[in-house]
Amino acid sequence: MGAQKKGATARVSEDPEELARHPLQAILLADSFTTKFRPITLERPKVLLPLVNIPMINYTLAWLESAGVEEVFVFCCAHSKQVIGYLESSEWSSQPNFSVTTIESHNSISAGDALRLIYERNVIHGDFVLISGDTVSNMSLTQALQEHKDRRKKDANAIMTMVVKQSKPSPITQQSRLGTDELFMAINPVTKQLLYYEDKAEYSKGFISLDKTLIADNPSVILHNDKQDCYIDICSQEVLSLFTDNFDYQHLRRHFVKGLLVDDIMGYKIFTHEIHSSYAARIDNFRSYDTISKDIIQRWTYPFVPDVLCGSSAIKVERQGTYRASDVTLSRSAQLGSFIFIGQGTKIGNDTKISHSVIGERCTIGSNVTIEGSYIWNNVTIEDGCQLRNAIVCDGVILKSGAVLQPGVILSFKVVVGQQFVVPAYSKVSLLQQPTQQDSDEELEYADSTSGTGELRSDKLNGDIAPDLSETASELGTGGVGYIWKVFEGAYDEEWRHSVAPIPTDKLVKLMLDRDEDEELLTQDGNVISASGELKTVSDGNGSEDDDNEDSRDDYVSFEKEVEATFLRAVHENVKVDLAVLEVNALRLSYNMASVDCGGAIFYSMMKLAVESPHNSASELHRNAADIVTTWQKLLKSFLHDIDEEIEVILKFEEMCLESAKEFAALFPQILHLLYDKEILHEDAILRWADEKEGADESDKVFLKRSEKFIQWLREAEEEEEEEDE
Amino acid sequence: MPDTQALVNDFLNKLKKRKIEGSQATAKQTAELLRSVISQTRMPYTNQAAALIHSVKAVGERLIAANPVELAVGNVVRRVLHIVREEDLSLTTAAMAGLNLSAESDDEDDTDRDNHPALSAAAIAAASRSTLRPPSLQTLLEDVPDSAAVPHTSSSGGDSEGKSKSADKSSRSRKLKHDVIEAVNELIQDISTCHELIAEQAVEHIHQNEVILTLGSSRTVLEFLCAAKEKKRSFRVFVAEGAPRYQGHLLAKELVTRGLQTTLITDSAVFAMISRVNMVIVGAHAVMANGGVIAPVGLNMVALAAQKHAVPFVVLAGSHKLCPLYPHHPEVLLNELRSPSELLDFGEFSDCLDFGSGIGAPLLHVVNPTFDYVPPKLVSLFITDTGGHNPSYMYRLIADYYSADDLVLERRTTSGN
Repeated sequence: MGAQKKGATARVSEDPEELARHPLQAILLADSFTTKFRPITLERPKVLLPLVNIPMINYTLAWLESAGVEEVFVFCCAHSKQVIGYLESSEWSSQPNFSVTTIESHNSISAGDALRLIYERNVIHGDFVLISGDTVSNMSLTQALQEHKDRRKKDANAIMTMVVKQSKPSPITQQSRLGTDELFMAINPVTKQLLYYEDKAEYSKGFISLDKTLIADNPSVILHNDKQDCYIDICSQEVLSLFTDNFDYQHLRRHFVKGLLVDDIMGYKIFTHEIHSSYAARIDNFRSYDTISKDIIQRWTYPFVPDVLCGSSAIKVERQGTYRASDVTLSRSAQLGSFIFIGQGTKIGNDTKISHSVIGERCTIGSNVTIEGSYIWNNVTIEDGCQLRNAIVCDGVILKSGAVLQPGVILSFKVVVGQQFVVPAYSKVSLLQQPTQQDSDEELEYADSTSGTGELRSDKLNGDIAPDLSETASELGTGGVGYIWKVFEGAYDEEWRHSVAPIPTDKLVKLMLDRDEDEELLTQDGNVISASGELKTVSDGNGSEDDDNEDSRDDYVSFEKEVEATFLRAVHENVKVDLAVLEVNALRLSYNMASVDCGGAIFYSMMKLAVESPHNSASELHRNAADIVTTWQKLLKSFLHDIDEEIEVILKFEEMCLESAKEFAALFPQILHLLYDKEILHEDAILRWADEKEGADESDKVFLKRSEKFIQWLREAEEEEEEEDE
Repeated sequence: MPDTQALVNDFLNKLKKRKIEGSQATAKQTAELLRSVISQTRMPYTNQAAALIHSVKAVGERLIAANPVELAVGNVVRRVLHIVREEDLSLTTAAMAGLNLSAESDDEDDTDRDNHPALSAAAIAAASRSTLRPPSLQTLLEDVPDSAAVPHTSSSGGDSEGKSKSADKSSRSRKLKHDVIEAVNELIQDISTCHELIAEQAVEHIHQNEVILTLGSSRTVLEFLCAAKEKKRSFRVFVAEGAPRYQGHLLAKELVTRGLQTTLITDSAVFAMISRVNMVIVGAHAVMANGGVIAPVGLNMVALAAQKHAVPFVVLAGSHKLCPLYPHHPEVLLNELRSPSELLDFGEFSDCLDFGSGIGAPLLHVVNPTFDYVPPKLVSLFITDTGGHNPSYMYRLIADYYSADDLVLERRTTSGN
């Protein structure tokens, strides 16, 4: 295999012209390597789940076919037999100019593994389109491909073109439309090079930090947070070998893209291609499933809409976006609202109300049923009087009369809900028991969904699973069959994010508020940063400085320790003050600290020594402190050159009194007086400190109040002086 | 015939993905495809016409199902079927002399569901009549939507001939196929030259110093206007841009390069301009049997404006656009809804399509239909490659091109499945 690989790469480098003549290839990952669609994906692979009654993978393949791709490699992992079986029996296996080849794997647990395996197979011979089987698009690839090829000719390091789409006038659209986190991208507006990619912006609380060189190296950078990543990539062959070289790359975006962006040794570049009028989106979670279904019904994905894809004789579009198969049995009193899809052979009873929902084939829906914003797949039986709101109901489910599904409910295959039973909001119900060990580590999470176990379980399901379910029947009311999956601690708050149900109003308000605070920052981020621009791209510089502070804090702590050690040695070994000053200065330089820090550190060490030396009462402590200060005042003074440094000492002392040496709290004014007497602190410094503290919180003013008398005295003294001057 | 199969699949795909635009291109490609289907069909010793009809129908049904909005596909399929019948008939009439009526009726009894005395009589009557007759009221009434009627009618002819003149068979079968292919070639020729035939009539309709209004872009209209220009007519053209696809812009550009005085207006300005216009000339997507027109969106409005100001509304249509169906037929999909992205920018409107917040239902519904239906009473004149016709005359014209047996092509499909 190794020799073969070498041969392949050699040929590529020798003959770039030959590459151009290769048919356009695509890699379709028929596995998302996540568990977001559980429990449904335990029994059926995600790509075969119906999206407006057509398996998702059909949308992807239809698009690839129409975009001019000639050879598709479908990588299947979880439930690979089902995917392969489906593809073999579908129309895709017999297309004249479009070949679909499946690559099966049982041990890949990530996109990275998949690409490494494909590299080993040595089937990709040129530029290829990398896409996952849950992407819906109608974009034309011609322009993006041409751009990619042109760039490649100029610069062999331009190995990938990412498709992005403008989407987002409102700050929460990303979350509320597709259920994804906010995405930040820095793009060079001229070359369209991607410079920065951060899709977990959520956790940085509105702040992102950019590398200084990013701004230094690029004449202009635009920071976007209004772009949607379409997860359609045009890649060169090198991408596969990069995955092989970096065996730790798992996730396409989190590892690969970010890895390339920070790696400046190889110099590989990623570019973006923005689409405007065409549509592209990926179904990542239940919320995007809902949104994209609605987009399809609204025909944004034309010509990949149900009536065209199914052959229009079967399904017709009627007014108000109603799609109806030709042989639907509909009661005269049933009320069909707008934006609904009803599949073949479905029967709908009297007075049933349906709005913005998708109902699959051969379903039986009773009378007085209310269905709103729900996705009902095939062969579902819904008895009289049921109510469904924003739920997903998989194949073969039976809802007994009067059952109610609250928003966000997912009923997996063949679940039975008992009479009058109310399934609580956001619950996930399956015939399969929840896998007991749920690893919180996301990287590991997808391991068992992709292993063969899922398939085994589904095989078992076909047999008789009923006996061992009888004990749990009560979980779903009388006659109900299925387990309600438990939501883990803490995860409950997050359920609404990825659910099919609309975001509850209170969450929405909260989300809005959170974002409003960031809003100002975001608008500033959107501006072009000039070439000479300072690093403070984030307003107030908090974002970048926070990080700096983190580092410097660590430095400061160790510096403080060094200073303390030096001071103690000076005390015990009676080192001369001058020498001690020298040593502290050396430390200051080696830690790159300001003299302000030295003053603080020395004072801290002195006070600590005073506390640690034996004492019985407050007055003894005071005496200790006084002794030490008197002995070492010269050392301290040599680092207190100006008023700021003196204030720093007071602040340090305050901090100590609050934290490490609470015994001093009572002595605060005395020590302050002592320092004043010894001329370590000047009245200006003390008064300034007092003034600054005036405006602070009550809790901060504790010490100010304690030393009020002293400060009062100082002020009076000052006034007197002034009077005398006059 | 694996090679035809691939061709068919390829064409089906293109139709499905809406990759072929324009009824002329579609019609031509359909005819060419059917020609190769016919040439690849293996001819049996008996029932040659039935075999041809069967294979053309089998392909035709799939083509129609692939894109039922493109009526030109169905039109061409029916035209080809009509050609097969005609050629068969003309050959049969030649061999009709020794035809025995009793043998004919024996044949009839063998079939299971089709011993319809009226039909067999009609078949014989049809056979004995001249080939290019217009359908009479009698034949229209007798038309039964039964598939078996068609192959059987011809089979009886074939059989009877087989009995009487078996020696002549092989030469005849070759002749039938050959004749049919010849006729289909003529059809293809007709489709590609219909522009010219229509354009030839331009001088009769466009007069000096007139103002012509059109909407969107149509190649037929372009050729028509240019033909008048070439004949030294001097006139002005108003082009309504044809939102949302704005093909009127392209037409305006083309007209200007050909030296015509052109004014581009928005669709909504049509009513304001119509009083200055002498004639409206537009293209069509399809012409229905009742004289109604399926035309690019916006034309109904133009037609109404023209009627209000008594401006003649002239529709140019090649004969391949004549559809033998009526707009109330359930098979006729009058419209195709295209993507909303032609109307508005997804990025800007993505918050209106935000289903996660609010009530979860889309409040904004974008409708982007492709076609309008213009009722026959609003059309003043049709200009086809055979000349100008009244809307009320269209059904006669259609009867010339299609045989009544084929009108129900699709209904059979749906009921059969």
